[in-house]
Amino acid sequence: MKRVAAAAGLIALVAALAAAPAFLDAYGLGLMMGLAGYVTLATAWALFSGPTGYISLATVAFVGVGAYCVAALNEVLPYPLVLLIAAGIGLAVALVVGLSTLRLSGVYFVIFTFGLAELVRQLVTFYEINVTGTLGRYIFLDITPQQIYWQLLALGIVTMLLRWWIGRSRIGLALKVIGDDEVVASHVGIDIARTKLALFAISAVIMTLVGVIQAPRWTYVEPAIVFNPTVSFLTLIMALLGGATRLWGPLLGAVPLFLLFEWLSANFPNHYSILLGLLFILIVFALPKGVLSFIEQTWGKARDTDGSGARS
Amino acid sequence: MTNPRTNPSRRHALKTLSLSAILLCSTAGFSAIAQERTSVKIGYVVSKTGPNAGGAGITTIPNYVLWAKEVKDAGGLELPGGKRLPIEVIEYDDRSSAEEVVRATERLATQDKVDFILAPWGTGFNLAVAPLFDRFGYPQLAVSAVTDKAPQFVRRWKKSFWMLGGGHDYTEALAHVLKQAKAAGTINGKVAMISVADGFGIDLVTAARPSFKNAGLEAVYDVTYPAGTTDFTPMINEAAKGGADTFVAFSYPPETFAITQQAQVAKFNPKVMYLGVGTGFPAYGKNNGPNAEGIMSLGGIDPKNEANAAYRKRHEEVTGKAPDLWGSVITYASLQMLQEAIKRKGLDRDAVSKELSTGSFKTVLGDTRMEDNQLRTLWFGGQWQNGQFVAIAPVDRPGATKPVLPKPAWQAK
Repeated sequence: MKRVAAAAGLIALVAALAAAPAFLDAYGLGLMMGLAGYVTLATAWALFSGPTGYISLATVAFVGVGAYCVAALNEVLPYPLVLLIAAGIGLAVALVVGLSTLRLSGVYFVIFTFGLAELVRQLVTFYEINVTGTLGRYIFLDITPQQIYWQLLALGIVTMLLRWWIGRSRIGLALKVIGDDEVVASHVGIDIARTKLALFAISAVIMTLVGVIQAPRWTYVEPAIVFNPTVSFLTLIMALLGGATRLWGPLLGAVPLFLLFEWLSANFPNHYSILLGLLFILIVFALPKGVLSFIEQTWGKARDTDGSGARS
Repeated sequence: MTNPRTNPSRRHALKTLSLSAILLCSTAGFSAIAQERTSVKIGYVVSKTGPNAGGAGITTIPNYVLWAKEVKDAGGLELPGGKRLPIEVIEYDDRSSAEEVVRATERLATQDKVDFILAPWGTGFNLAVAPLFDRFGYPQLAVSAVTDKAPQFVRRWKKSFWMLGGGHDYTEALAHVLKQAKAAGTINGKVAMISVADGFGIDLVTAARPSFKNAGLEAVYDVTYPAGTTDFTPMINEAAKGGADTFVAFSYPPETFAITQQAQVAKFNPKVMYLGVGTGFPAYGKNNGPNAEGIMSLGGIDPKNEANAAYRKRHEEVTGKAPDLWGSVITYASLQMLQEAIKRKGLDRDAVSKELSTGSFKTVLGDTRMEDNQLRTLWFGGQWQNGQFVAIAPVDRPGATKPVLPKPAWQAK
């Protein structure tokens, strides 16, 4: 009964979100679009980094690859095909990168993934300079903001479902073991490299698709625009704030942070960076384990005190 | 059970009542706005932080600040009939992010409901917001966007205006100057060129190759370097070895300054030296003193244009620094055009756009008018002569100074 109610609630929520563009102006829709994008990115990020504990800064590498695929192909191929090809390229990049780096761990992995975004950016730049002779590309697609939003929303829902499903499957269990102790995992008989690679690839494909879907909003792309490292950092911060190991964590991190960024940049355009820095420090002190576990702890405490009160 | 007939009629009455209430409110609202309009809202989104802040901080922001101050000092923005309204400026920082410039522009249009939006800085960002300006019906005076595709953009976005020309214009102008010098026997027609591997450098070098070829010039050395390069000695040595006596660098400001210094150290004295962005900064002339003499670049000014000289003086007084000698003056002219179009047509954005497109304006550039929504009477090439960065190309435009070639040799410090 409870599960049916929860499912019904979720369906109603999705329906409300899907109907939202009818009630919003362009700015509201822009906000929803940004929200959907970051929730999807943060959830995709947590899909791999949550259970394994590998901190990745490669998000924008994949987002950028997606955007560039649209820029390169939008004039010659129909849009659905572009989506497919971009997903394929994202997958290929993820496999190459994953095979060569997932044996790294800790800070080495962080540094590598950060470098990856820059590497991809320089490769694209190199190609454009030496082969095409132009650095900017135009995207003239007749895709309305509503359509972009719906695509992002759908992708976000698929990502959440995927995460939910993985969490309950064998691969999810294997990942938890890997996250706790790789040595134990390998002794239990888990194929560590393959499991990690699979998750890394899925997460990368989703990030690539986010890039594809958002790109028509920019009209013009060049490496400096699409490989903006801030995207990687924001995704990471959002997922960590919410709680990267929890299903709803990234969402609960992304929504308030995104709205906060927006509020700050609308109201304090000249002090944005300073206020943001101060807020991050505050967050780290106040919520070191993320919003979700903070809520649960306070909730748990409240229940405990209630319980003890009743007993005494 | 209630009478089924009373219910609908009551509902009907309620409906009518609420509808009329809404109508009343809305008309009251409209008339209130019409009567109480006490200011004109001007908004802009520009890169105040991030990688684009350098360019925006030189070409765009100081001119927006200067213009806003001048309008305020004049008692407001003049409307048809001579009435003046104070302006209210709303400014956002896009933090050099394309997503942010798009969302902040949407915010200006739908939340702040500004009357006019000034253009952001950079080719990419002007293109990112062009569909929005178009959808919300704002005229877009894109100044800091060098693009050869302006005619296509104008067809796509009818209210967009492109005011800094395309890469091709600049390289054609340079090729023309070089062709004349070659015909006069001053230079041997061999060119060594380097370009920064970024939007600006690539666009220009791609345009330069055919321009030079058509002008009968030979590019004997042609390489790109990554943005942020600090050591140009190897490139300068290679360029010197190739037999070219024309050196062209499509560079960004830090590199422009570095190349100037390192060419002196290497005693590399080409007969023509053409450098990229930064050459037109007043600081370039100040720092290099007599060694800036003869160096060419994009832009330039007509030293006999008094309106321009007065503008530069005001710019320095208000913002504390002199404007650059390429994009700044165009940015300011675009604001003068907007101001004048509002004076003629009021706050109706369609009418203002039409006026911008077809009208003729007196600006710091002289008599200015758009051709197919583009500003075409531009200075595409300039040269430092006697401490001033004077315009030398297009050579046939009135006000152009004759180029002085060959460039004088470096003076020992």
